[in-house]
Amino acid sequence: MKAAAQPVQRPGDARLLAVDGAGRISHHPRSALADLLVPGDLVVANDAATLPASLAGRHLATGAAIEVRLAGRRSLAGDDVACFLAVVFGAGDWRTRTEDRPPPPPLSPGDTLALGPLTASVVRVVAAPRLVELRFAGSADTIRAGIARHGRPIQYAHVAAPLALWDVWTAIAAHAVAFEPPSAGFVLDWRLLDQLASRGVGFATLTHAAGLSSTGDSGLDARLPFDEPYHLPAATVAAVHTARERGDRVVAIGTTVARALEHAGAQAGGIRAGPGIATNRLGRSTPLRVVDVLVSGTHEPGSSHHELLRAFVGAATLDRIDAALESFAYRTHEFGDSVLVERAVAPRCAYAVPRSNLKTATLARRLGSVRTTLPA
Amino acid sequence: MMTQSPPSTTPLRVAVTGGTSGLGFALVEAFAARGDRVAFVARDAGRVARVAAAIAGSHGIVGDVAKKEDVHPVALQIGGALGGLDVLIHNASSLGPVPLALLADTDCEDFEAALATNVLGPFRLTKALLGLLAASARESRAEGRRAVVVNVTSDAAVAPYAGWGAYGASKAALAHMGRIWHEELAPHGIAVVAVDPGDMDTPLHAAAVPDDDPATLKRPRDSAREIVDRIDRERATLRTTDLDTRPPAPAGSVA
Repeated sequence: MKAAAQPVQRPGDARLLAVDGAGRISHHPRSALADLLVPGDLVVANDAATLPASLAGRHLATGAAIEVRLAGRRSLAGDDVACFLAVVFGAGDWRTRTEDRPPPPPLSPGDTLALGPLTASVVRVVAAPRLVELRFAGSADTIRAGIARHGRPIQYAHVAAPLALWDVWTAIAAHAVAFEPPSAGFVLDWRLLDQLASRGVGFATLTHAAGLSSTGDSGLDARLPFDEPYHLPAATVAAVHTARERGDRVVAIGTTVARALEHAGAQAGGIRAGPGIATNRLGRSTPLRVVDVLVSGTHEPGSSHHELLRAFVGAATLDRIDAALESFAYRTHEFGDSVLVERAVAPRCAYAVPRSNLKTATLARRLGSVRTTLPA
Repeated sequence: MMTQSPPSTTPLRVAVTGGTSGLGFALVEAFAARGDRVAFVARDAGRVARVAAAIAGSHGIVGDVAKKEDVHPVALQIGGALGGLDVLIHNASSLGPVPLALLADTDCEDFEAALATNVLGPFRLTKALLGLLAASARESRAEGRRAVVVNVTSDAAVAPYAGWGAYGASKAALAHMGRIWHEELAPHGIAVVAVDPGDMDTPLHAAAVPDDDPATLKRPRDSAREIVDRIDRERATLRTTDLDTRPPAPAGSVA
């Protein structure tokens, strides 16, 4: 796959690879997403807005230039903005590939970082040399204003032009708690929301603090995703309950939504409204309790997002998906094309709660009518 | 058909632009006085700090709604300070040329400034805050409540007063944009309404009509009280057609 290098959320030629519950692959213009959904489906999206989480500044003890990328927080509470997990780089910016970025000067607890109008101190070195816990000085209003005015969106070398906040906020962006955009949500606009409503497809949101996709350090990358706080509104939980009881599908827009819903669904007593911290990792052996369909970006084999697909489909189907994405030159990364993956109809895991999949036949007919034949 | 919900006791989360003087200041005071959570936006850092310190529980945000680059940082701070948003009031206004000028004497730059503050600013800020407003509407739909956006307009948007070209034309555009927003957002549980507060004793009016006797003008506090009442009514009025027709789900667990 090729990286999508233009920061356009909904390019006119964006594509969608769909996989139904029987493992059949079809290709669609992404603008036709609503046509792949059926009445009763419940679409759940992450309404997190993206923080300008890249803060340029200096390590005061050495005077060295650094870039701090905020990467985690304990909660989504509005007043809890002093302490962050952060990845620190040496001099430079996104134009240098993350893997090639120099490390920061050696950091120690108590070190002061001057980040524009903000002052932060290192509370703890979590994993030398890059991963630290920071505490900002000042009131919550002051810290928020400093981040809002001084920070820039975290970005990577595959997009050359500097990103603005409006490039990374989805059309439904609400609470600014994500460190990188929940980019599967770029598929959404308000016309699509109206289309869903007129089709009888439900729409609900949760808020999940999407984290970094890369730290430039393979050891740290292996620990991604970090724990991520989320919030489930009562209205969303009610809509999920209704969908489950009716045998309707829950369609997660993005891996963050799947992670939050499955984390909540795995708690004793089941999914409940309120705050949570997603510590789970979805993969081959994860029983899916809540999510039936995942709409996501395209992901390279080996990434945690790609591994997550194994919760939905078996290895053979995933191989065919990878091959199709490659041979049809789908674009990858946050501004790239998308996939829609329905979980395999036959229970793949002995622990999974068996559920009916009433809508699969309907979807299969829909996909079948526009199916593109793949090369052998 | 309309349904009227009983008054809510939950504090509102309200954002007001142009909150350090005139009607905006009176609105911040009025909401804060009844225990609502208020964030206000204004350009001058010193004035913002003074008002935030003077009105307990209010959050001051420095920014210029006329500047494209300021809008998302402002939206981010509003959402963070309030933890959500139920009511957005576009109150910040620009007269255009001061003193007022005939259109034939109005510099393009002054007209552009009026459009930037009175039309583009509210457009951009509404768009940037739409996610929060829609989230509020989804959460409170079960109680029959809507999120509300208020555009502060003027009789100059309706009547063609000589000398009020930039202001009147831009306020007319704001009012009409608001009507279109309202049509588009009603299904999402968001009401967009216009209010004309009347001729008030404010810095804006003094700049426009320096010779008016302040004693003959409406007090901003009285206009603010009327607007707060209007917002309460709009918030509690959900059209039946706006309601999700699917029956509510019983409480319980999924897994």
